[in-house]
Amino acid sequence: MIHIFKMDDMHFALDTSSGLVHVVDEVIYDLLTDENFKNKDKVNEIKNKYGNETTEEAISEINYLIENKMLYTDDANAVNKIKPAIKAMCLNMTHDCNLRCEYCFASQGSYNGERSYLSFETGKKAFDFLVKSSGKRVNLEVDFFGGEPLMNFETIKKLVDYARSIEKQHNKHFRFTATTNGVLLDDEKIDYLNENMDNVVLSLDGRKQTNDHMRKTVNQKGSYDVITENFKKFVAKRMDKDYFARGTYTAYNLDFSEDVRHMRDLGFDKISVEPVVAKPEEKYALKEEHLDILKAEYEKLAKIYLDSYDNKDKKFQFFHFNIELDGGPCIYKRSIGCGAGTEYVAVTPEGDLYPCHQFVGQEEFIVGNVDEGIVKDEVIDMFKNVSVNEKPVCKDCWAKYYCSGGCHANAYNFNKDFKVPYSVGCELEKKRIECSIYIKARLAQ
Amino acid sequence: MIHIKTLNNTKLTDNMNVKGCGECQTSCQSACKTSCTVGNQKCENK
Repeated sequence: MIHIFKMDDMHFALDTSSGLVHVVDEVIYDLLTDENFKNKDKVNEIKNKYGNETTEEAISEINYLIENKMLYTDDANAVNKIKPAIKAMCLNMTHDCNLRCEYCFASQGSYNGERSYLSFETGKKAFDFLVKSSGKRVNLEVDFFGGEPLMNFETIKKLVDYARSIEKQHNKHFRFTATTNGVLLDDEKIDYLNENMDNVVLSLDGRKQTNDHMRKTVNQKGSYDVITENFKKFVAKRMDKDYFARGTYTAYNLDFSEDVRHMRDLGFDKISVEPVVAKPEEKYALKEEHLDILKAEYEKLAKIYLDSYDNKDKKFQFFHFNIELDGGPCIYKRSIGCGAGTEYVAVTPEGDLYPCHQFVGQEEFIVGNVDEGIVKDEVIDMFKNVSVNEKPVCKDCWAKYYCSGGCHANAYNFNKDFKVPYSVGCELEKKRIECSIYIKARLAQ
Repeated sequence: MIHIKTLNNTKLTDNMNVKGCGECQTSCQSACKTSCTVGNQKCENK
């Protein structure tokens, strides 16, 4: 399977199975369109346009790629070699929050339940569960999440100490992430997070009006002024460690490239802005009718990215424009999906285990608890056999080894079927992949 | 090649027998939490 596309004055041919990306000229592009190179009449039309010799030369280059398994390669249909083992955990430190964001999937932190805090004892059991269930995997990941995790900061510190104390004896290495809204970030917490977290996700939606429209305080005031100052202080001390200033865009800010530009101008150089996940009836939900605008917006963002690239004060990373054409994950990893329920769980303050953070609060998805581990195999089974080649829509999609089949929670929320991905998400993902390949090609020129 | 420039040096289908260790990052543990993107992750097994 191949995918051809144009952006600006550049033309591309992507071979799905090998992952090879070819920058091609217009002759090749015309020959590959509808597989014209196989059709005598079409080839003659192309010869009339570009000349005999050029067209024959181009056809011979296409044939070279085919013969060398670089174009139209057969699907690898990689049978999963990665043994399932839970090795990543979203640890909900609180089901409480000091903001009241309108679009919050966690119901303003409460996940539709009682507001609650994870205790050290429950957290410790969660770490023990993770170590035990991870088998031979060495690298284990824990995201301190919420609600707002910094509302339970002292417990985070104790849990990090506990995790470090058991690493060696179990031959494990913990990688920590914290996701914070920034309200409680003070010097002490900034220093602690910078020292102990491998990655920190800072929630900010961009321009003041964009951010404050959705990310409000308990008193319904905007959060922008407080959090941007805190985030700037944090980033000034972050040095070269990973972080992302991470926003959500909605139907209210379809011009989200301006929010990314604003975040860049605030001095953030690692930025992720993502489409909101919402039920279709919400006013801020993204719908099919927004797709053309959003795709154009990603192209606009690609240009902002490139224009900033050579300016050391403006250069930034955009999470979804990062793409690894050579050093990326193997085809097995690209096939198996996000790992929800099979290598990743979310843990609530009460110690319940869910397949992922997006399902927390939907009790039918509880798969176990930190005392007993996974006890509901029937729920876990729903998350098995949903690899990218087992989903009919994905199997024949050119982008399948970049997105790995998309988010299970989105598929379930929109289609009540883990095997049917959320189509708006798919279209946006495909556009982002095209933009990131275009950027790679531009920078390689 | 005059008409084609290939951007990658390796294929996904290269060395499949030594791949699949599972040590790489779980995709949701990055910056997204709402989408699944693997194409921008790094291999831990090099």
